[in-house]
Amino acid sequence: MGADEEILQEFLVEGRENLDRLERELVGFEANGASEDSISAIFRTVHTVKGTAGFFGFDRLQSLTHVAESLLSKIRDRELALTSGIVSAQLAVVDACRMMLDWVEQTGTDGNDDYAPLKTQLEWLAAPTSLPVLAQTATAAPPAMESERADTTVRVDVQLLDKLMDLAGELVLARNQLLELASTSRDAGLAQSAQRLDLITSELQDHVMKTRMQPIGGVWNKLPRVVRDLSAELGKQVRLELEGKDTGLDRSVLEAIKDPLTHIIRNSIDHGIETPSERIAKGKDAEGALRLRAIHAGGHVLLEIADDGAGIDPDRVRAKAIERGIVSPERAAKLTTEEAQALVFAPGFSTAEKITNVSGRGVGMDVVKTNIEGIGGAVEIDSVPGRGTTIRLKIPLTLAIIPALLVVAAGERYALPQSGVLELVRIDPAAGRKVELIDHTPVYRLRGELLPLVYLSQLLGTGGATATTIVVLQNEGRPFGLVVDTAQDTEEIVAKPIGKRLIDLATYSGATILGDGRVALILDVRGIAMHAGLGSLKRREADVPRAVIPVADRYLLARLGADRRIAVSLEHVARLEELSTATIERAAGREVVQYRDGLLPLIRLGDALGAMPSEPDKSGEGPARSAAEDGAKENDRIHVIVYSSGDRDLGLVVDGILDVIEERAALSTKGAHHGLLGSAVLDGKVTDVVDVAAIAASAGYATGGM
Amino acid sequence: MSEQLCSFQLAGMTFGIAALDVQEILRAQPITRVPLADPATVGLMNLRGQIVTAIDLRVRLGLPPRADDERSINVVIRSTEGVFSLLVDSIGDVVVLDRDLLELVPENVPSHFRDLMAGAYKLPDRLLFVLVVDRVVTHRIGESS
Repeated sequence: MGADEEILQEFLVEGRENLDRLERELVGFEANGASEDSISAIFRTVHTVKGTAGFFGFDRLQSLTHVAESLLSKIRDRELALTSGIVSAQLAVVDACRMMLDWVEQTGTDGNDDYAPLKTQLEWLAAPTSLPVLAQTATAAPPAMESERADTTVRVDVQLLDKLMDLAGELVLARNQLLELASTSRDAGLAQSAQRLDLITSELQDHVMKTRMQPIGGVWNKLPRVVRDLSAELGKQVRLELEGKDTGLDRSVLEAIKDPLTHIIRNSIDHGIETPSERIAKGKDAEGALRLRAIHAGGHVLLEIADDGAGIDPDRVRAKAIERGIVSPERAAKLTTEEAQALVFAPGFSTAEKITNVSGRGVGMDVVKTNIEGIGGAVEIDSVPGRGTTIRLKIPLTLAIIPALLVVAAGERYALPQSGVLELVRIDPAAGRKVELIDHTPVYRLRGELLPLVYLSQLLGTGGATATTIVVLQNEGRPFGLVVDTAQDTEEIVAKPIGKRLIDLATYSGATILGDGRVALILDVRGIAMHAGLGSLKRREADVPRAVIPVADRYLLARLGADRRIAVSLEHVARLEELSTATIERAAGREVVQYRDGLLPLIRLGDALGAMPSEPDKSGEGPARSAAEDGAKENDRIHVIVYSSGDRDLGLVVDGILDVIEERAALSTKGAHHGLLGSAVLDGKVTDVVDVAAIAASAGYATGGM
Repeated sequence: MSEQLCSFQLAGMTFGIAALDVQEILRAQPITRVPLADPATVGLMNLRGQIVTAIDLRVRLGLPPRADDERSINVVIRSTEGVFSLLVDSIGDVVVLDRDLLELVPENVPSHFRDLMAGAYKLPDRLLFVLVVDRVVTHRIGESS
């Protein structure tokens, strides 16, 4: 069977399924009355049938469903009431479509009947003033109707596969027990049988797993054709790039994302990517790019569909949403750019100026959101007007098999999705690899970088044992260390939902059954970071008043004098050092220390910021003393923040390191004097945020990029 | 109309669950604790490949906690929220009772207890409280119904 043939077969199977569903929905509709949801559901089904028919060039089928869809859209928009006449006509459409599918199967064409009377009837029904005319349709059946359908595959209920999977897992456990028993027995026959059972079980499990997993490439294979036909139809040039074809997805997940994916691609080509002439006028390549990327990330599958088209114009979306009655003008004005762009997911939304055959009836993004959320996923849209749109589907691992690292905290095992794990570090105080405290906050110096630490047993409130290992994890692009008692092996786990009762616990993304039959919780990296206060807060640009500039998220808090708090953005902080004042030397009239085979210029922040003179505190870390005094106090130690930008390092001398915090601060620039970006309330206290670049510049050190 | 109830004991009191809701009865099972979960959630157990949340009914109903050495029995039930295991002290008989004799739990019984009951039967020697499994598994402690 060729690839095209295969696609056609699937089209037939799906088409028939859709028609069956449509029939059920229509009949149910009549019996139970019309609800908004059921009309939308019927509408979407017809839309899907029409869409797929279009891709295969079955014009008769497409044209009939198009007329049927037009009628339905009037009902959905409440221009028409649903009558049994309309239901009958729609059922006649179902029958006609079935007939055409039979023709397709037998002859490869959709027959020779245009169903003109039926179409006329539908059009009459759609025109509110005219009288419906009953059309008699007598259509020749396709030749050789009785011949067998060429199905070599069996469609199996996913629940059955789930059950098989569970049973295979149970079999593994039973086998493990038997193997243990056999190893202590003298019966050679038993040992042999156990051995065979062992092999068969492994193979069985392997195959059951395989029945569920498919590379996403299987779905993607159809896309080049879809893209080609669509762009040809719309007079656009589109280059399709696929990345991550081998990303394995669970069958059911794959099924669930197929339609949404097609919808998104159709939208990207129809609404996103401009015509070649428009693109050239904007200085872009005539050929638009449509990039699909699939990766396993953080226990999820991320599916990214990016185009370099026109992007979503927030103002146009606002205007359209108001026009469609989706939001009030007052509310629309208050929406941020992102929120406005997200309106494209609202039901009944369409920005296409004219209704095209491809998209633009207000189904599409609505369907995408419903379907993805239906499987517990999430849809994100990220669009830069003029530059393009990226749609990210976050698909849950619910059924996917993922490699996970098993860690132990307080005697209980937890699974950490391997995709979030950057590295493992062993805490070994004897070798100088120890945890340090910055004002009660544990940190670890990992190759000079400060790594905030979270103790798993403390976080979960289970009481601590001896922590030996740091698992370096990544959350939102920033690493942090999760301290566990021990890290065990990695294991391929099957993630299972944790149950509704526990779903609010963000620290877990699910649970799994380990080889010995015990249940282990799967840790959610993001949830842990949030719980430990490391996650960033939701950013809302619109809430920030004009006079206030949002600044970087992570700060190092330090102390000048006894009680002046200053903060520097952690972004360029390379290391924290404690140096003896005796090591300070002078070069060209400036204070420097020998540091890592080089000279580190020092700037005393207290001097630079014109700190108020204050008494040196007990530890002798007085502020802003001149270098001349230092000679007398050789044992004094100074705290140095090693600031790094480009290839240039700079040492900022402060009187004490307080904390590393993560806070989205509103920076007030009012009355900020030289060397400060402004002041902000950080960690509940007013803190001056230091402008290191300005200070470095005024001290005569050029520091590119700070 | 009569109903079949699977009866069990908790802190010296007798309770019943509709027999149709009961999937099976199991001895103590290995349970994985779920830190940060509400106190009534004992943990997760592996029921032939299915992960089931175990709820301690004593905690759930605000009864005195079980002593450490006291055994518990798992009553595995099916609810609209899925399968759960309820930890009880011991299992009694399946009893058939006339639905018409079911009485409301008196108003002065604390609501965290009363809200989970369909009512109570006055048996000759004791009371039998009838639990509504859906309420037991959905509402959490501290939540009003």
